[in-house]
Amino acid sequence: MSPVTAVMRRELRSFFVTPMAYVFLVIFLVLAGILTFYTGDFYERGQADLQPFFVMHPWLYLILVPAVTMRMWAEEAKGGTLELLLTLPLTLWQAMLGKFLAAWLFIGLALALTFPIWLTVNYLGAPDNGVIFAGYLGSWLMAGSFVAIGACMSALTRSQVVAFVLTATVCVLLILAGQPQVLDFFSGALPRRLVNAMGYLSMLRHFEAIARGVLDLRDLAYFVLSTLGWLIAGVLLLELKRVR
Amino acid sequence: MRYIAVDFVARLSMIETERLTRRYGHLTAVDALSIRAEPGQVLGMLGPNGAGKSTAMRMIGGFLAPTSGTARVCGHDVQREPLAARRALGYLPEGAPSYGEMTVREFLVFIARMRKLAAETGRRRFDEVVGWLQLEDVLEASIETLSKGLRRRVGLAQAILHDPPVLMLDEPTDGLDPNQKHAVRQLIDAMARERTILISTHLLEEVHALCNRVVIIARGRLLADATPAELEARSRYHGAVSFSAPGSGVSQEMLGRLPQVAAIEVDPLDGRITVFPKPGARILEPVEQLLREQGLEVSEIQLERGRLDEVFRHITTAQQGTPA
Repeated sequence: MSPVTAVMRRELRSFFVTPMAYVFLVIFLVLAGILTFYTGDFYERGQADLQPFFVMHPWLYLILVPAVTMRMWAEEAKGGTLELLLTLPLTLWQAMLGKFLAAWLFIGLALALTFPIWLTVNYLGAPDNGVIFAGYLGSWLMAGSFVAIGACMSALTRSQVVAFVLTATVCVLLILAGQPQVLDFFSGALPRRLVNAMGYLSMLRHFEAIARGVLDLRDLAYFVLSTLGWLIAGVLLLELKRVR
Repeated sequence: MRYIAVDFVARLSMIETERLTRRYGHLTAVDALSIRAEPGQVLGMLGPNGAGKSTAMRMIGGFLAPTSGTARVCGHDVQREPLAARRALGYLPEGAPSYGEMTVREFLVFIARMRKLAAETGRRRFDEVVGWLQLEDVLEASIETLSKGLRRRVGLAQAILHDPPVLMLDEPTDGLDPNQKHAVRQLIDAMARERTILISTHLLEEVHALCNRVVIIARGRLLADATPAELEARSRYHGAVSFSAPGSGVSQEMLGRLPQVAAIEVDPLDGRITVFPKPGARILEPVEQLLREQGLEVSEIQLERGRLDEVFRHITTAQQGTPA
């Protein structure tokens, strides 16, 4: 078994040892339901699709991903197990990848458990299930970006609370970056090109198309690349800690 | 094949540091430290708290990068071939950290996977190590529920699971009660037969009990590198004779008249008399003879080997230590 798999399995198992994982799953599912049915006007729209469900996902991840990722490195740094882990024969990359995959799979599980909503919409009407599948895939990719941000922020600190707050802050900035209000605010102060670039960094902008079921290669690339970027930043942070 | 390989690296020495240095800002935690541990050696790294022992070990283990200098494990540079160096090394970090929420079995299986032990080898080593460290009864217990001594044994099990030629143990008996200390020392002693062991401690008794070579470190610098006997020979007490003669007024003057005697001290608490020899002189026999001639009742008489604590204090508190 490769060290990546070994780390991933250990992390996954550690989620489920405490009741935290189950509490998390329940909260995730309840919130997903509330946001979809009440805030998202699932019924009133009178359309058989899951767009109100997917549109809420960035906000759902904003709260719940930091809760999953905050302990990733911070807990190990505080408890001293970081020294144990990083003196085993594996590279920082392998350790990071193993931990990232565990958290990402866990979010994937939470996402998969929302299947009753999919059943509901199929019971009520005849939705385009290809579009729904694309929505799930895009949502999971976006979750990967959130998890990578959390992994990086957790590597930055020994405190889980600090890791949570930092992750949520970065995520909310990236979600809101493309909103008209934010862009208008900056358009007076910054050159037009920079404002446009900022808009392009926005998670929402890339996710909106996906939520409607349009899988554009550029949007997928955005999530894959930002995931890789944050993971690289996290590994560099860990390496910096070793040297400094 | 393994024996050939070990024999080859034997000549290279198993742990070697060359001017190993680590700075944190202005603070120099480890300062140009050069030590080496030969095959079959139990090298004790002795020093007061905060001397830089753990920092040095963290660099050898690959957890921290050196600011300058090099460290090698079995000939593998820890910076250039980190994975090869770590494979050759079993390491018990300070405080024996382990994942508290895992059971002992899960934890050791995790380590076996990380060490890429083949299924069969892994099972065999697992059984051997568990039996040897007497962990059978706690295999299914969460590590966080175990006593300190047991947790230390789990840490040791983790370090030796892959049967490494080199072991590095950071304060393995720190915080244990005397019985647990004794048990851990016996384990280390048994492991020493086929391995090179680097062990850090601030306990002098440990050096006596375990090590056949000692390096003394203070403020990050190497101050002495010798065998325990050589260190004891540096003590003022080396070759001194002490005895208790209760209720008798032993004449210090008469002892002082012996040509080999340099000084006499009387312990103000229990009245124990210590006679110090002149350099190179042997005074046990003359003192005994004198006592016999005087017809004095001596309850017990002792030839001192030298006191490590005194040497340790002397070396580590000297204003400017020079490496021996």
